[in-house]
Amino acid sequence: MNVEELQEIAEAAVEERDKFEYQINVCMGTGCLSQHSDKVKEAIEKEAGAAGKKCHVRRTGCMGLCAAGPLVLVEPSEQRYGHVHAADAKDVVASLGGEPIARLDPHLEGYFEGQKHIVLENSGHIDPEKIDEYIARGGYEALLKALTEMTPQTVIEQISKSGLRGRGGGGYPTGLKWDTVAKVKGAQKYVICNGDEGDPGAFMDRSVLESDPQRVIEGMAIAAYAIGASKGYIYVRAEYPLAVQRLTVALQQARRRGFLGNAICETQFSFDIDIRLGAGAFVCGEETALIASIEGKRGTPRPRPPYPAVSGLWGNPTLINNVETFANVAPVIRHGGEWFSSMGTARSKGTKVFALTGKIKRTGLVEVPMGMTLRQIIFDIGGGVPDGRKFKAVQTGGPSGGCLPEEHLDLSISYDALISAGSMMGSGGMIVMDDTSCMVSVARFFMEFCMTESCGKCIPCRAGTVQMYELLTKICQGEATHRDLDQLTELCEVVGATSLCGLGQTAPNPVLSTLRYFKHEYLAHIDEKRCPAGVCECSPVAVEVHA
Amino acid sequence: MSDLKTLATVWLDGCSGCHMSLLDMDERLIELSSQFCLVYSPLVDRKTFPDLVDVTLVEGAVASEDDLKKIRKIREHTRILVSLGDCALTGNVSAMRNACGPQPVFVRVYEQNADLQKQVPTVGVPPLLARVRPVHEVVPVDVFVPGCPPSADTIYQVLSQLLAGQVPTLGGVAHFG
Amino acid sequence: MSAEPNVRTLTINGEEISARSDQSILDAAREHNIDIPTLCHLEGLSEVGACRLCLVEVKGARRLLPACVTQVQEGMEVTTHSPKIDRYRTMILELYFAERNHVCSVCVANGNCELQSLSLKLGMTHVEIPYQYPQLPVDASHPRFTVDHNRCVLCTRCVRVCSEIEGANTWGVMGRGGESLVITDLKQPWGDSETCTSCGKCVQVCPTGALFEKTSVGNKTRKHPDFLPYLQIMREGE
Repeated sequence: MNVEELQEIAEAAVEERDKFEYQINVCMGTGCLSQHSDKVKEAIEKEAGAAGKKCHVRRTGCMGLCAAGPLVLVEPSEQRYGHVHAADAKDVVASLGGEPIARLDPHLEGYFEGQKHIVLENSGHIDPEKIDEYIARGGYEALLKALTEMTPQTVIEQISKSGLRGRGGGGYPTGLKWDTVAKVKGAQKYVICNGDEGDPGAFMDRSVLESDPQRVIEGMAIAAYAIGASKGYIYVRAEYPLAVQRLTVALQQARRRGFLGNAICETQFSFDIDIRLGAGAFVCGEETALIASIEGKRGTPRPRPPYPAVSGLWGNPTLINNVETFANVAPVIRHGGEWFSSMGTARSKGTKVFALTGKIKRTGLVEVPMGMTLRQIIFDIGGGVPDGRKFKAVQTGGPSGGCLPEEHLDLSISYDALISAGSMMGSGGMIVMDDTSCMVSVARFFMEFCMTESCGKCIPCRAGTVQMYELLTKICQGEATHRDLDQLTELCEVVGATSLCGLGQTAPNPVLSTLRYFKHEYLAHIDEKRCPAGVCECSPVAVEVHA
Repeated sequence: MSDLKTLATVWLDGCSGCHMSLLDMDERLIELSSQFCLVYSPLVDRKTFPDLVDVTLVEGAVASEDDLKKIRKIREHTRILVSLGDCALTGNVSAMRNACGPQPVFVRVYEQNADLQKQVPTVGVPPLLARVRPVHEVVPVDVFVPGCPPSADTIYQVLSQLLAGQVPTLGGVAHFG
Repeated sequence: MSAEPNVRTLTINGEEISARSDQSILDAAREHNIDIPTLCHLEGLSEVGACRLCLVEVKGARRLLPACVTQVQEGMEVTTHSPKIDRYRTMILELYFAERNHVCSVCVANGNCELQSLSLKLGMTHVEIPYQYPQLPVDASHPRFTVDHNRCVLCTRCVRVCSEIEGANTWGVMGRGGESLVITDLKQPWGDSETCTSCGKCVQVCPTGALFEKTSVGNKTRKHPDFLPYLQIMREGE
C-alpha cells in the first residue's frame, strides 16, 4: 500500500458512490438499532427497488441525535429525517428529489450550528464495515504521511503542538505521554486503547467504535509508529457487542488492505492489534487494572509509580490512551498540530464529544469546540429542559465528577474550569437534571455505583464507600442527624486522600459537589425530614426496629 | 460527705465481668472509697437512679428496649459517662447475634435447647432490639475503657484520674480483648 | 557494574538518613528505628500497598504515598506522622474494625494480633462509624487449620505466601469490593483442596486470628512469620 494506491481506492469508492443519484444513510448505532432501524433499512431498500429509484441505501453509524431515532440522512440534499419506521419507507423513497416529509422533520434548529465534528466527522456518513468508504473521506492518509514523510519524533512533536489531552477524563497531555514511552528503552512496547467506557450515561466511545472504527485503528497505528510499539490491544467492555463486531470486521479489513501486519505500507514498521473483552468491571477502566485484566489477572490496580509508560503490560513500556484520544490523532497528523490547537481554549485544545442525557430535549452525542459554555450546549444545541421544567444542575465526569448548578451555566468548558468549579471533564458524560431531581439521591446513586464497582483491594474504598452509601441512604430516608453529616464529610476526606486508585480517590466527588452547591437539600432531609424535590420517602419519625 | 464524688455503676447486656474486675482492685477499692460514694450499682442496695451522678461506669451493650430506656435516663442524669469494657465499646460478644438477628438465637435457646415448655418468652421480659449496639451509638460517651474485661489496674487508673478531676484517655494504654 | 550499592540521602521527620537506592521509604525508615505502621506488608513477600496505613507525606508529591512501595529518592523529604496523617490512619483502622466481626475477647489471636496491636499503637479505643456485622463463614474442613472470615482483613498475605513462597497457589481472592473473600482453590472447602500442601505458611503469615491452627488453645498462640526472611536469604544464596 502506498499513496498512489490509497488515492486509487478513494477514487474508486467515490466513483461507486456517484453511480447512484441518491444516498440514503440509515443510522445503525445501538440506539437506533434498538428501535429496529435495521428493518427501516430493509424496507427502504425494498421500496427503492420497487420504485426503480437509483439510490444506495447505506448502513451507517451514529448520527448523534438519539432522541430523534431512528434517523435517516438523504444525500445530496442533506435532508435528515427522524423517528423513521419501516412503514415510512415508501414516503421516504417517494420524497427523493422532491419536497421533504414534514412529519418526519427532526427539528434540528440550532443543533448543528455550534458543533464541530472532528471525532464524529465520519459518523453517520460511512458504513463502518466498509474500509474503502473511510479511505474515500481521507482515511489512512495520515498513517501514510507519518510513515513516509515523518519520523517518530516529528509525529510526537505534532501531537504535542496540538495540545491534545487525554479524553478519557484524566486530561494528561497526550504528546507528553507519547514522548515518555518513546524515550523508554525496551525491546517490546505496547499500545493499548481503553474502550472500557464505564461511566453511567457515557456512550461516546461506544459510538465511535460502532460508527468509525478505522479511525481508532489508524490512530493506534500512528501512535505505535511514534513510540516504537509492534503490538496493540483494544480493550472493549463486553457490554458493547456491536462495537466488538464492528471492530473485528474493521481489523480484518485493515489487515487485508495492508494497514496492519508486517512491513506496513512498504516500510519497516510492523504493527497489529488484538481485541480484548472486559468482564463487567468499571474498575478495569483504570489503566493498571486494565493491564492486569489483559494479563489474565483479577482486574485490580497497582500502586503507581511505576507508571505504565515505563512498566506496563507484562512489565513492558506501554502507551494507554482512550478511544476518543486516538480518534483525534489522524486529523492532527493530517492537518497539523497547529490546526488543532487553533480550536478550544488556552489549555484545552480541540473539541470534545459529550453524551447529553437526562432531562434534556435532544438526548444524544454532540461534539463541540472546547470553550463553549454549558448554557450553549444544554440550551442552544441540546434544546433545553423538556416538559416546561426548570433546569437544576448538570452532572459531568460520571461517578468521579460533580454537579454544577445554574450559576455555572456560563462556564466555558475546559479541563481546568470544570475542576475549579468542583466537577471534572471526565469522559464526556453530561447528565442534565431538573427540579424533580433530588441532589442527595443523585449523590447516593453515584456512591452506590462506586461501592458495587470497588475492586476491594484497599480498605478506604472497599469499606469507605459502603459507609458513605449507608449514610447517604440514612439522609435520604430522613433518619440522619448532623453527626451523620459530619461523619460523611470526614469519610469523604479520608477516602479521597487515602484510596489506592482513581475510583476511590474520586468516589467522594459527587457528594462533595452536591454539598457545595445544594447543602440546603441535605439540611432539609436532616432537619425537616423532607425531600425538597419530592423524590425521597422520608420517614417522619426515627424508627427503632424491634425484634 | 458532700465533697465526695458520686459514682454509679450499671450493667446492661454484659456478663458482669467488668464489675468483677472492678472488685478485683481489692484493697485499692478501700483506698479510693474515701474519695467517692457509690450511689447506685448492682453491688449496692439502691433501686432508683439519683438525680445527678458525677461518674457512671456502664458495662454491657444496649441490647433490649430496657437497656435503651436505662441508658438514656442514665445519660441525662450523669456528668461523666464511662463505657467500661468491650461490650459497651464495641458490642463484643453481645453483638455477635447481629449477623443473623435475634430470631435464630431465640429458636436455638428456647426451643431447640429447652427440655420443657419450648417457647420463646414474651411476658415480663423486655423485647430485644433487632441490633445490639455499643453505648456511644445511642448516647454520647465521655470516656472509653477497652478490655474484656479491662484489668483492675486499668480501672484503678481510670477511677484515680476521674477522682482527681482529669478525663482519662486509654488510647495506647489498653486494647480490646 | 560497581560492587557498592548506590547510596541516597533523604530526610525523614527532619532527620537526615542514608539509604540504598533500591530501598523503599518503609525499609529505610525501619532501619533507622523510625516506625511506620503497616498491615499488608511482610518482609519476604511482595508489596501491594493495599492497607494504606503506611501512607506518608513526601514534599512535592500531590498525594500521600505508601511507604512500602515508594522508592527513596535523593533529597526526598518525608513526614511519617502529623495530625492529619494520624487522623487518616485512625479512620482507616476504624474502617477495618467496622467492616467485619472482630471480637477480640473470644479470638485465638487475642494478645498476638497485628490489628489489635495497631489499635493500641494508634491509640484507638472505640469505633465511631457503624459496625457492619456481615454474615461470614468459618471453614474448618481442613484437618489442621481453620479459616474464620470474620477476622480477615484481606491483607492477601496468605495469597502471596502461597503463590510466591510455597508455589501452591491454593489461596486466591474472589468477588469484588465488600464481597471480596479469600478462597481456597475454586471456592472449595479447604479440606477438599487438591493444591494445598498443608505447609501452614499461610497461618504463620496471617496477621489476625483469621487463619489459625486447630491446636491453638485459648489465645496464647504466637505466629512465626520470621521464616520468610531466612527463606529469602537461603534462596538468594543458591
